Amino acid sequence: MADFDAIVVGAGCAGSVAAVKLARAGKSVLLIDRAGEPGSKNMTGGRIYAHALAKVLPDFADEAPLERKITRERVSFLTDADNTTLEFASPSLGLPENASYAVLRAPFDAWLADQAEQAGAECVFGITVEDLVMDGGRVCGVRAGDDEITAEVTILADGANSLLSERAGLAKRPLPHQMAVSAKEVIELPEGVISDRFQVPEGEGCAWLFVGAATQGHAGGGFLYTNRTSVSIGVVATLSDLCGSSTPVYKMLDAFKEHPAVAPVLAGGKLVEYSAHMVPEGGLAMVPKLACDGCLLAGDAAMLCVNLGYQVRGMDYAMASGAAAAQAAVAAIDAGDTSEQGLAGYREALEDCFVLQDLRDHAGLPAFLEQTPRLYGEYPAMAAEVMRGMFAVDGSPVGRLRDKVRPAVRRVGLRNILKDVRRGVKAL
Amino acid sequence: MSMTTVDEKLSVNKYAVDEEVPHIVVVRDADAAEFDKLVTCCPAALYQRDEDGAPTFDYAGCLECGTCRILCGGTIVERWAYPRGSMGVSYRFG
Repeated sequence: MADFDAIVVGAGCAGSVAAVKLARAGKSVLLIDRAGEPGSKNMTGGRIYAHALAKVLPDFADEAPLERKITRERVSFLTDADNTTLEFASPSLGLPENASYAVLRAPFDAWLADQAEQAGAECVFGITVEDLVMDGGRVCGVRAGDDEITAEVTILADGANSLLSERAGLAKRPLPHQMAVSAKEVIELPEGVISDRFQVPEGEGCAWLFVGAATQGHAGGGFLYTNRTSVSIGVVATLSDLCGSSTPVYKMLDAFKEHPAVAPVLAGGKLVEYSAHMVPEGGLAMVPKLACDGCLLAGDAAMLCVNLGYQVRGMDYAMASGAAAAQAAVAAIDAGDTSEQGLAGYREALEDCFVLQDLRDHAGLPAFLEQTPRLYGEYPAMAAEVMRGMFAVDGSPVGRLRDKVRPAVRRVGLRNILKDVRRGVKAL
Repeated sequence: MSMTTVDEKLSVNKYAVDEEVPHIVVVRDADAAEFDKLVTCCPAALYQRDEDGAPTFDYAGCLECGTCRILCGGTIVERWAYPRGSMGVSYRFG
């Protein structure tokens, strides 16, 4: 007889949601996390798309520690000095079905773990799961120090750098081209100053992604999210490409903060935290086997992330996968079959919803983003040159726009552009 | 915003450093090319070269991202484990 029906390792978006669902289904569930305070090991850019959370906790908007509702989206192409920005601001972004929020994970995840506890999950925090209890290929529970705790089903939601998914034999250590590292600063500013600088009403905010000089031409990008009384600013860089950088990643972030596109919105701010995390960016190709006897993978541990360049998502996939894992575990426990076969409903559920459909639809995108260096250097420069032609007036005959566009295009090469557009369209 | 060194960045964080058990161990005589990957990619600048170019490593300011495990887990990073419970970095914002 196992100690619990289910053990969930990791009190993040996937794990806490799984624990809520299991507890609600009347299962005995242990939620375990290595952080003394749940959330204090977790980090995001970041912004959460709320749809998956709303399904599990419909009252979240009134209860959860959300920072700002995102109603302004920006994507900027940066050269060292220039900034070409596409902006979309719309009340439709704030509609309940589309809503997304800037969040800080320490308070947010503490709240989420509390929901699991209130639902009836047993919570143990400040304990690092060092190993799994294995019986042949079957995962029978977890080991922490001298303690062994067993369960019918163990859900591994221990994040992007999951040691346990490898221990379970489900995943191999990811490759450097499949992982990116993010370095982020949280910079405190008065609430009203943030609203003014980003031209947003109270409670609303801006999500801003950057391509080009933010990573000094390397694969990846910069990001900026407005919190209530702080701004999260950071860079994300693909490890395989970052290795060839002459600038260390933390200096890349410093240089990005000095860029004229962002320096004025940070002015007068105070650094209150510096954090880092990896992001699984390899897409469908790196999604491991999701189940074995007695075990399921969810969230970042299952590498469920999508980076479209203009849209970066992980937390909503984590929540949806956590919910689906719980549902599959409940069904398997009730049927008395928690073998890999008995847990197969999990993968089917992910295939049938947006999670694996999104990953499948964008299976070719990670390779395109990684193997198109022009995105991070020549294209931002081309955009700036065209814009300069349109907006810079020095009193000489202004000429025709096409005469300004042509040299900018020629510099990159029409053939290269057409080739990249064809590849990009295929990937998107 | 004034520029900050990486030490200044780390100094605003909350840590409970495990003085007894290092959660990351790097091999002695680490291959230079492998080590330099980590000098560039470790966001906490734990992997550095001193004035004489000799490699230095200190796990104390670790942000627990795992980048060094992915890049060099098969080469110069001999051990990579998460810190013992409640040890290491504690994010107040995250």
